[in-house]
Amino acid sequence: MSMNKLHALSSLEAMLIRFGIAGVFLFETARTIVLPPYSIKPLIKQVAFVGARSLLVIVVAGLFVGMVIALQFYDTLVRFGSVSLLGSAVGLSLIRELGPVLTALMVIGRAGSAMCAEIGIMRVDNQIDALECMAIDPYRYLFAPRILAGIICVPILTAVFILVGIFGGYFVGVILFGVSPGSYFQGMSDTILNRDLFMGFSKSLVFGLLIVWIACDKGFNLHLDKHGAYGSEGVSRITTESVVISSIAILFSDYLLSALIL
Amino acid sequence: MIDPNIKNVIEIEGLNSYYGEKQILSNISLQVERKEVMVIMGHSGSGKSTLLRHMIGLNTAESGSIKLLGKEITGLNRKELYELRKHIGVAFQNGALFSSMTLQENVELPLHEHTRLDHNTIRIMSRLKLELMNLSDNESLMPAELSGGMLKRAGLARAVIMDPEILFFDEPSAGLDPVTSAELDDLILQLRDALNMTIIVVTHELESAFKIADRITVIDNGQQIITGNKQTIRNSTDNRIVSMLERRAMNENIDADDYLNKLTRS
Repeated sequence: MSMNKLHALSSLEAMLIRFGIAGVFLFETARTIVLPPYSIKPLIKQVAFVGARSLLVIVVAGLFVGMVIALQFYDTLVRFGSVSLLGSAVGLSLIRELGPVLTALMVIGRAGSAMCAEIGIMRVDNQIDALECMAIDPYRYLFAPRILAGIICVPILTAVFILVGIFGGYFVGVILFGVSPGSYFQGMSDTILNRDLFMGFSKSLVFGLLIVWIACDKGFNLHLDKHGAYGSEGVSRITTESVVISSIAILFSDYLLSALIL
Repeated sequence: MIDPNIKNVIEIEGLNSYYGEKQILSNISLQVERKEVMVIMGHSGSGKSTLLRHMIGLNTAESGSIKLLGKEITGLNRKELYELRKHIGVAFQNGALFSSMTLQENVELPLHEHTRLDHNTIRIMSRLKLELMNLSDNESLMPAELSGGMLKRAGLARAVIMDPEILFFDEPSAGLDPVTSAELDDLILQLRDALNMTIIVVTHELESAFKIADRITVIDNGQQIITGNKQTIRNSTDNRIVSMLERRAMNENIDADDYLNKLTRS
């Protein structure tokens, strides 16, 4: 579908078609992921970009989030005399909600936005056309390693976030407020079920896919942008849009997944 | 498989192209013979770059037929199109080099993707092409560190790395000084002679066009005005060709009322 035909339609029709285009984008990328040839080098590069370079920010964020929820829960639980539940409260909220969601939001800000801007500039600068002309499939060359990296890295980063968060909570609860370390960890292992772990893991998997899908699709289909603004203004707008849309998509799918699994 | 003895490597019949409601190209018919340099000329916005994009399958035509190396490209699926594109090279106006890679990595990319040659062979082949483009001392630089002329030559090196049968070159002289531009023209001729390529150049530069072309096609407002050798173009009595050759602005007859309406329309 050319840009012009898309612009001539009503906004609802245009939006539906845009969803369709994003769907085709994901399908084409999935096809190149499944079918050979496979190349490992670009994947490692993207894993380093999405995962390894996000590690520090995830550790810092996880630490403070763990600390603040321990602080808040301690203050609440102490009123009911149930401080022994602190460990399970911190653990459950991190594993089921805060870990996956906050990790995803951090990855959107750090890697998703950069990815969208990079692909958008490649589109503006004819680099994607050049790939096509060199008979190199952009889905295989650009997007397959990025989508895979998102699916691999976001769950691992989420696990790191949760782990660091639990230790942040330990620091505030046990070391600062004197909750017994035994009850902190025992409460946690008693209440956290496999279902909770499954929920956290499946959320992070979906979020990893969503972040990269939205960022890459936005950049790749920059020329379909309704305002037709190629160039730096177009890139800046689609980058902002991709951050907003992926954040909303994360929060929406978070609710959906919670409702489905609970 | 591609027939190596095919006479016309490109055959366009009745090509029409639209941008929304606006017709960009109307009824273009063009044949490009093997090993000739065909220059497509026209003003900015005449549709010449759109024609180039149609020839390499980046744009899809509303109607008409485009045969590239004997194959109709409008009906090809992506795999077939990619297979066909392995036989062509495209040098974009701004080079379109990947900014995250060095010059050498850029030039080597098609070889890494499409061949099983070992690393050293690929390195030698890329150095050969960079040498040909006078870029051998710059192979480890990033695209951001190159000048406009170097970017174009680097884009050209990448376009010819697979020794394509047809080379497409979009605006080789745009944004370059006359000396650099003349050097690039010499390079194009060298490529034709040394590598036996068919070359299609899109340009608005008169001097460059007459220097390199075997045949020239002039496009104005999406209409194909003339296709012929240099002499045919020079002898043309068409008003638009004459004014182009004499570098005169088009003298349109402007109606005073129309003009006033244009200026004051809300």
